[in-house]
Amino acid sequence: MIKIRNIHKSYTNGQMNLHVLKGINLDIEAGEMISIMGPSGSGKSTLLNIFGILDNYDNGEYYLDGKKIQNLNERKAALLRNRMLGFVFQAFNLVSFKNAMENVALPLYYQKVPRRKRNKIALEYLDKLGLKDWAHHLPNELSGGQKQRVAIARALITQPKVILADEPTGALDSVTSQEMMNLLTEINQTGITMIIVTHELDIARRTQKTIRIIDGTIQEIVENEVQSTKYEDRTQVRSNVIASEAKQPKNEVTSVSRPKQYEKVA
Amino acid sequence: MFELDKWQEIYSTIRKNKLRTFLTGFAVAWGIFMLIILLGSGKGLENGVTDQFQGGANNGIWISSGMTSKEFKGLQAGRMIRFTNDDYNLLKESVRDHEYMSSRMFLGNIITSYKNEYGSFYLSPCHPDYGNIKEVEMIRGRFLNYLDIDEFRKVAVIGEKVKQDLFKEPDTVAMGEYLNINGVLFRVVGVFRDFGRDDSEQRRIYIPISTAQRVFSGQNVVSQISFTTGDASVEEVDLMLDYTRNLLAKKHTFDTEDQRAVSIWNKNEDFRRFQGLFMGIRLFIWIVGIGTIIAGIVGVSNIMMISVKERTKEIGIRKALGATPFSIISLILREAIVITGFSGYIGLVLGIGVLELISRNLPETDFFRSPEANFSIAVGATILLIAAGTLAGLFPARKAARIKPIEALRDE
Repeated sequence: MIKIRNIHKSYTNGQMNLHVLKGINLDIEAGEMISIMGPSGSGKSTLLNIFGILDNYDNGEYYLDGKKIQNLNERKAALLRNRMLGFVFQAFNLVSFKNAMENVALPLYYQKVPRRKRNKIALEYLDKLGLKDWAHHLPNELSGGQKQRVAIARALITQPKVILADEPTGALDSVTSQEMMNLLTEINQTGITMIIVTHELDIARRTQKTIRIIDGTIQEIVENEVQSTKYEDRTQVRSNVIASEAKQPKNEVTSVSRPKQYEKVA
Repeated sequence: MFELDKWQEIYSTIRKNKLRTFLTGFAVAWGIFMLIILLGSGKGLENGVTDQFQGGANNGIWISSGMTSKEFKGLQAGRMIRFTNDDYNLLKESVRDHEYMSSRMFLGNIITSYKNEYGSFYLSPCHPDYGNIKEVEMIRGRFLNYLDIDEFRKVAVIGEKVKQDLFKEPDTVAMGEYLNINGVLFRVVGVFRDFGRDDSEQRRIYIPISTAQRVFSGQNVVSQISFTTGDASVEEVDLMLDYTRNLLAKKHTFDTEDQRAVSIWNKNEDFRRFQGLFMGIRLFIWIVGIGTIIAGIVGVSNIMMISVKERTKEIGIRKALGATPFSIISLILREAIVITGFSGYIGLVLGIGVLELISRNLPETDFFRSPEANFSIAVGATILLIAAGTLAGLFPARKAARIKPIEALRDE
């Protein structure tokens, strides 16, 4: 689904030239659920932005669903984002003066779907996420978990191939976070590729693979072998992670993992 | 449906920022209001002055004889110049490019009666062309014709007011009736209306000049000769007038530089001078008005800039969800146009309303009457508004379109 080869990206900020991504190679298969971890400034958000065609890259190649993404003009990028991708953000990023239903329907507005039809579809999605009764509430009348559900409904409404989630649980308490992960896992099981950027170990462990980025390079890829959908099972997940760390990672990009550093990052 | 969607998007954002929208709109409304008031007042001034020029063709030339003020070829100054039929005939033959020509006698107000009704009316003997030079409108019957002149007919063409005053029964046509003018009976052959500036133009009686010379003066004296210049250009008219002056100077032996001997009034020249003046006033008004509107536009632009800044995140979200740059530009631009258009329209209506009030309640003076904003001003203002709205929205819209979703969404 996603294939990137030797991606480089640097930002120029006045005199400073910041080399954020230093040659990233990664393959994400359709239907995979992966997490990207790394300290702040490691380049994980930049990578997500490149995946989301929200930002350009300087060098390398990026294939999304077999299509090469390079130097697209803004209009084409916008169309691709609209058709292929769904976004979930840490800050929810709902439009404050639109109610839940209108927020969910917004991507369809840009597909020129008639108002009545898109509102109907939006209601269906809200219903699926258990928010039907809240459809006509403004975002500031909803709890954090509810807002994130609205955001997820909005990401799902275009039936995207990939959902990109940037710290989806960052603003939620731990119980809600786990519920959110349950939801994302369920969505993933319908076949949608899920990429989650997080710095929470608990969250990362619930994905199939964890990609750790430090200083613009992939440091290691950890396979979280056992998928758990329950918060109570997290001890088991932890033991699995440790088990996976003990093994030598298969991927050529990864370096030797050191459990101590892992703990520090987490 | 899709179009309606866009308006609903705009409506929802405007509703969100009522005060801001109101203040912005007020600036524009005020600008348009002032422009309309200024233009309307300018028009009022113009109407007042133009009114002074009413009555008679705009290309009329009026030649009156006077008294010489310079010695010439041994003749003393202070000599009276008198026009006669010869002068009329001379000019009629020599001034080739004239359109209509007539001579007149000044007889002043004459007691006129019909049966037992009496009145004092301005009696104006003239040639048939005078009707064209004066641009009178016949309500009934005809104006004078050359047969009347040649056959010294005793016929009269009377003004509407003359008819009203002498023919008391409202149904009378007055046609074919005989009026007693200073003891001589004249048959009414036509009734006219004159759009001149006051009633006195309507209290006139025109009779053939030949008849008048025979009946009232017994001479061939002419007081004034007037003609129109047709579609001759300004330069051609100047040449025509020079020629006329030289011709008369030669015939009556006076210095061509002597303005008093014969006075030639070129109505068109005066008219043009005023038109130039009003062109200047109008230009000045537009400059001031547009300046006021520009202040409004800058206001709208400024507010929209702030609005775009405030909405950076929202625009970022929209872009992440698949909004194209064009859809963002059109969103902001439409908002600007809606605000300027709507509030400008309110200003327009208010301005026209105030002008109407002034027009109805202010007494008319010679130089100011019926201020108005006509259709073309309204159309011009509307076009101006849309252009203004577009201009006001352009920079904010471009700024909005350049917003990078990532930066916008990072903005907490």
